[in-house]
Amino acid sequence: MNTVYFLFQQTMFFMIPLMIVALGGMYSERSGVINIALEGIMIMGGFSGILFINSMQDKMSGQWLLLLALLISAIAGMIFSMLHAYASINMKADQTISGTALNLLAPAFTIYTARLIQPSGVQQINFTNTFWIEKVPVLGDIPVIGGLLFKNVYITTYIGFAILIIGAIVLYKTRFGLRLRSCGEHPQAADAVGISVYGIRYAGVMISGALAGMGGLIFIVPTSTNFDATVSGYGFLALAVLIFGQWNPWKIAGAALFFGFMKTISAAYSSIPFLMNLNITGYIYKMIPYIATLVVLIFSSRSSQAPRAEGIPYDKGAR
Amino acid sequence: MRDQKGLIKVLAAPDISKASGAISSAAAIAVGLIFGFIIMLISDPQQAWAGFKMILTGGLSTPKDFGNVLYYATPIIMTGLSVAFAFRTSLFNIGASGQFIMGAYGAVLVGVKMTSLGQVQWFVALLTAMIFGAVWAILPGVLNAFFNVNVVISCIMLNYIGMYTVNMLVKATVFHQYTNRSLPVADTANIPKMGLDKIFPESNASGGIIVAIIAAIIIAIILNKTTFGYELKACGFNRDAAKYAGINEKKNIILAMIIAGALAGIGGGLLYLSGTGIYISVVDTLASQGFDGISVALLGMSNPIGALFAGIFIAYITVGGLQMQLVGFVSEIINIITAVIIYCAAFSLVIRNFIADRRTHKLNMKIENEPKSPPAGDSKGGGKV
Repeated sequence: MNTVYFLFQQTMFFMIPLMIVALGGMYSERSGVINIALEGIMIMGGFSGILFINSMQDKMSGQWLLLLALLISAIAGMIFSMLHAYASINMKADQTISGTALNLLAPAFTIYTARLIQPSGVQQINFTNTFWIEKVPVLGDIPVIGGLLFKNVYITTYIGFAILIIGAIVLYKTRFGLRLRSCGEHPQAADAVGISVYGIRYAGVMISGALAGMGGLIFIVPTSTNFDATVSGYGFLALAVLIFGQWNPWKIAGAALFFGFMKTISAAYSSIPFLMNLNITGYIYKMIPYIATLVVLIFSSRSSQAPRAEGIPYDKGAR
Repeated sequence: MRDQKGLIKVLAAPDISKASGAISSAAAIAVGLIFGFIIMLISDPQQAWAGFKMILTGGLSTPKDFGNVLYYATPIIMTGLSVAFAFRTSLFNIGASGQFIMGAYGAVLVGVKMTSLGQVQWFVALLTAMIFGAVWAILPGVLNAFFNVNVVISCIMLNYIGMYTVNMLVKATVFHQYTNRSLPVADTANIPKMGLDKIFPESNASGGIIVAIIAAIIIAIILNKTTFGYELKACGFNRDAAKYAGINEKKNIILAMIIAGALAGIGGGLLYLSGTGIYISVVDTLASQGFDGISVALLGMSNPIGALFAGIFIAYITVGGLQMQLVGFVSEIINIITAVIIYCAAFSLVIRNFIADRRTHKLNMKIENEPKSPPAGDSKGGGKV
């Protein structure tokens, strides 16, 4: 049973950032803008958040510091994503190219800035992890569920689920969500009934920026002790989760859970007696999440639910 | 990724206005360089001009430096060609990284093991690199053609699978335990210098750059002068229309990916057979050359010859950036400049699009004014990736 708890808790560490970033990508793509820049936005968010923690950790610690850092990450991600929004909405630039440029810019900018402002001149930014929760009071004592969800966690796990629920409600149950989806399916029709396509698409990209920025910090905090200008390709994996999840929040959560669990097996196989006894080289386990995703994609890609107007700049005069 | 109308319109047909393309690329480069200079001014006003001059002229200061420019350019020209070639069929080959490292492994394997080949060993090693890269690109092509799997996603997955596979294979076959990297290849496996060591003494330049130039010319001929190239571009413009016109679109998509993979694989072979003491390290990091190839392809407007010059340009400012460290600047500024150039290039595509639209519009007007001609249809619906 302890192994099950351990696996589930580890899965959360991988799943939550993937899910949040993929949900961010969903908001951008459902509004009609392809956001391949998720990786770069995550890096900018992680950088800003860790830099904030690094400079404030003498004065404060614990959950409030993490919450403030998350806010900083979200704002940084949002500002950075506006570069993508401007290029792809106002300038009608190709969204893949502008996203690629941002992915290139983010690591270079963070390394450059870190080496410039840190007295030691190194690119890594260290932080002290004071955010780990060993056991949530009261809730942690509930049998089974307490062990699964309320022990060995970070507050970010709950934030992640809150974002999932709020995100799904906003997308399907509000006027804004309806407008957002209509801009991704048929912007001309949306414009005809008086919706500002540019405004909605800006909102979509900026929500994706805020969520991806937070996702960057949420990925770094449980898995590392410093920020080294990388999020290990998680932005691209989130893109895969988004497509695998067919642009639907609940399916995205499922896809992130699947990938997070596969990732956990590949990272923790040596502490699972059954897998250790199989005597397979570790590289096979490391490949499992990627191979599994490929296999699942083969069965799930036949009928793609991609937003119809995705990737096409909105042109008022188009016939 | 699924419907890149603007991208296809311009990248699949750069012949519409070659001159305006060169002008817009030059403008993007200028903006990028100015942006870099401003950042240098902010971080260190005293040394900024000295550093900036090194970016501009560092690659040309000695023959050795220019030789090194060619050395750095060789692999990224090949991955750039790979990405550019796939772009023409409206496929975004973000998987050049995996194909590159696969090719590198194939080359190193032959370079270490098959010493009995003698003088032709380097050629066989390079061919193996090509085949390994091509094989690694078959899967995304097949999955896209038959199962509608998004090429971007399958390529990202195969990058990671390729990296771990190569690490595993290097450990099993050509591993040097103490340095945690591959064994050195035999002398006969290194690419011949082809006289470049005479022109650029002491530099790392080798015949690899000549192979890259030949590859660029061959790709340009395939795309512009053959039926096969025409079919590939037709699939890039509109896959359904190509199918309707009797083109086997599934075959073409798979072939385009195979050729793209072969190009990236050769790039891996050229780097690891360059005879400059470079080995495959067993680390969990994706090969960066694959991603540099995307920059090269975009800056080169997906034109093979454009990719050739774009690769040399990026290598040129990279060499300048390495020298710039002497006056205390961080070489990452080169990547910032490249990113800004790509960002501006995305805009300039729009300007080119605008020019191209005006021209087609004029053409359509002409056709409409001629008697009995059917009205020019609106060409909607880009290719599907």
